[in-house]
Amino acid sequence: MSDLELTVNGHSYDVRGARVGISLAQVLREELGMTGTKIACNEGHCGACTVQIDGVPTLSCITLAHAVEGEVTTIEGLREHPLVDAFVQADAVQCGFCTPGQVVSAAALVAANPTPTVDEIRHHMAGNICRCGTYPRIEEAILHWRD
Amino acid sequence: MARLIRTEKEVEGRFEEVWLVVEEDALDQWPAGPQAIVGRDATRKDALERVRGEAKYTADLQLPGMLHAAILRSPHAHARVAKIDLSKALAAPGVHAVVGPGDAKGLEEEPGYAGAAVAAVAADTLAHAQRAVRAIEVEWEELEVVLDPEDAVKRELYTAEPTTYERGDFERALADADVVVEGTYRTSVVLHNSMETHQSVCEWVGDTLNVYISTQYIWGVRSAMAEAFDLPADKVRVVCEYMGGGFGSKNDPGEYTFVGAELARRTGRPVRCALTRREENTAAGNRNATIQKLIVGARSDGTICALGGEFINAVGWTGWSAMTEGPMQMLYACENVRTVRYGAKINTPPMKAFRAPGFVEGTFGLECLIDELAAKLDVDPLELRCKNYASSNDGKPFSSKNLMECYELAQAQWDRRDEVRARSTGTWKHGVGMASQIWFGGGGPPSYAWIRIGSDARAQVVTAMQDIGTGTRTAMAQIAAEELGFPLDKVEVSLGDTSRGPYATLSAGSSTTPSVGPAVRAAAADAKRQLIEIAAQRYHVEERILDIKDGNVVSADGNVNTAVEKLVEVLEDAQILGKGARGPNPTGMSVLTFGIHVVEVAVDVETGEIRVERVYAAHDVGRIINPLGARSQVEGGIIQGIGHTLSEVRLHDPESGRILTTTLDAYRMPTIADVPEIVCAFVDRPDEHLTNLGSKGLGEPPIVPIAAAIANAIRDATGADVHELPISREEMLRALQSAKERERRGAHAAV
Repeated sequence: MSDLELTVNGHSYDVRGARVGISLAQVLREELGMTGTKIACNEGHCGACTVQIDGVPTLSCITLAHAVEGEVTTIEGLREHPLVDAFVQADAVQCGFCTPGQVVSAAALVAANPTPTVDEIRHHMAGNICRCGTYPRIEEAILHWRD
Repeated sequence: MARLIRTEKEVEGRFEEVWLVVEEDALDQWPAGPQAIVGRDATRKDALERVRGEAKYTADLQLPGMLHAAILRSPHAHARVAKIDLSKALAAPGVHAVVGPGDAKGLEEEPGYAGAAVAAVAADTLAHAQRAVRAIEVEWEELEVVLDPEDAVKRELYTAEPTTYERGDFERALADADVVVEGTYRTSVVLHNSMETHQSVCEWVGDTLNVYISTQYIWGVRSAMAEAFDLPADKVRVVCEYMGGGFGSKNDPGEYTFVGAELARRTGRPVRCALTRREENTAAGNRNATIQKLIVGARSDGTICALGGEFINAVGWTGWSAMTEGPMQMLYACENVRTVRYGAKINTPPMKAFRAPGFVEGTFGLECLIDELAAKLDVDPLELRCKNYASSNDGKPFSSKNLMECYELAQAQWDRRDEVRARSTGTWKHGVGMASQIWFGGGGPPSYAWIRIGSDARAQVVTAMQDIGTGTRTAMAQIAAEELGFPLDKVEVSLGDTSRGPYATLSAGSSTTPSVGPAVRAAAADAKRQLIEIAAQRYHVEERILDIKDGNVVSADGNVNTAVEKLVEVLEDAQILGKGARGPNPTGMSVLTFGIHVVEVAVDVETGEIRVERVYAAHDVGRIINPLGARSQVEGGIIQGIGHTLSEVRLHDPESGRILTTTLDAYRMPTIADVPEIVCAFVDRPDEHLTNLGSKGLGEPPIVPIAAAIANAIRDATGADVHELPISREEMLRALQSAKERERRGAHAAV
């Protein structure tokens, strides 16, 4: 057990006695109650747990919480991002379990490149699996995120 | 009036005769085409909370004092537990209870596949539970393992007796045929891999069992749990408001829920039992492999006169044998058909329904065979299909069938063949292929809905169905709003709780919209009738000239034009309650869905790489409620089908039967980079015989024809006959090689 300090969505949190080896995803979900970050594979293969650390998309399920140094941004910190409405309007959501991770990844993309091409979107988003197959809608949402 | 009827009920192609109490469906259908709300694009009612990560899935639920369960699974494909010692696990840190074979339904003393549940632990954390599971000591007695489905059939190891079907005189018709084509087609095991793994949280409150579960059928879970724990069904409450995908694999409670409920009973604490992704890839169900030996005979004019097939479903240790022969029996107007289907009982994880089970596999075989016949006859594959168009299903009329319109819609796409082929350069060959779709999707009774309208003129639809991600919640809101004459934003839908709403059917078999939708419309009509009665009294006009449109009460003579809010404000806390039920299906008719896919592919004949470049899909599923959601369903089905066709395969070790592909880097599902251009069209014509809506389901149809259409496009591009899924590079190169050899032999024969 070891105490942990995290900055998440602009707030700092003290997590007392966090188990050594606990993942960032677990801390967010279980200790901080931020369940918007989903765990779908828990081994870094699917992207559902994507958060940003200093703006960089990061797989929180394979990130050691104690090793996090930068500022964490989760879907809870992106609720007012225009991408949210773009996803809703484009119907880029079916079961929705992967969707928060998709939005977090997409937000990192458009922050770095506000007008990505289809190829750039496909390259950047290929790590976020959607089993329902909302990909064409995700592409549309990101292409038109500022409309 | 309630009416007691004896009727045929269909789920996923399985039929049974049942007694049903149904209420007459008194409402006339709306005219064809878009209405004020139904038939127009609507964004999802629950999109915002899902996108923002606020929707609470079963995976997100944390109850006070909740324990976590982990399951010990058999490492052997077939073994007996000779001795088991749970004591070390029980003594491990954080552990509260341990159960073994016989203690809960689903814990096996003689596991029949690697991954079958044997024992389970409940502990303070999942890590504690998993550690304790490793402390369980088992002495195994290994038993004989059968893994080859053909071997199982030879030895008559079946999950159920073989199913045979014959119409006409198949043997004679085949002997009389001018042209005969035969082939063996194989499909592999593929996995649902829903993003939310199978899981539930069980808690006992007094004498009631609460089950929060990621499920497609809350009522089915309720019945199964009541039976397993010998409870009246009303003492089980099952809740699923949001769930992260199922695709057919989440129709029953699963061993994890039986285990969770038993551990919760023993500990007096809520227990979460959630499968890990690796367990999900092992023991959560699959689309079973098939072997299909098919033959078709035709006259030289292209009339198909004989169709025959021997189908083996590699079902697994348990599970049911899906109707793989269905497309062969139903798609074409062939008078002489003979099929036999075996369900092989082997020591592999059990199948579970997966998006049009049987028909996905059977359509791959049949529609490839038909294209090979077209090649041999040297006729256009689309013309061949039109020539053999079925106008009835084994003598039973279709309630509606607009497959010909689908073919007509697709004609322009089909005519792109020369243009697409001309793109071939170097080792990259381009081609176009097509395949037809037939599947069920008519739904049926019973399903019920309530509706309540308060003095704020907002309506709440209450029905205990599920929205597994298909958008049915939104479709129900649209139907209610249309019937009520309310704006869509004045209608909400409450679902997913067996204690807080009337029965509604399962979210499987493309049945939710066609089953629950008509009940919702009936409930809305009942509520609207009451609103109009009130309006007639308040405004002193006759009911027959009153209507509600876009949230306003209006009279035909123009004297009344008032917002519904004004009308109902006098209600204060009183509410208007409507109720509705799903009426019967048309008797003596076949209710089916139809469609066609036209696919453009590019194949690198040197490396075997395949790119699906474009998919055109035209479907006939009756009236479309929400075109936006419908397009999403079609795209999703196609993308999942492309995975099944090109990259997805669950492998097991041929000696031990252990599953080798248990992670999402080993089991390869499509990513956004694999998606082709997808264009979809709908016939959008109500089925005039089916309910007050004329709508059928759309969850499954789009995955049915995609594999065959891809394989046929590959043949068009390269001349190679692909007979096995997935079409890996190895399979593609093998098919190219045998096409080359065939050509060489042909050239020899010509010399």
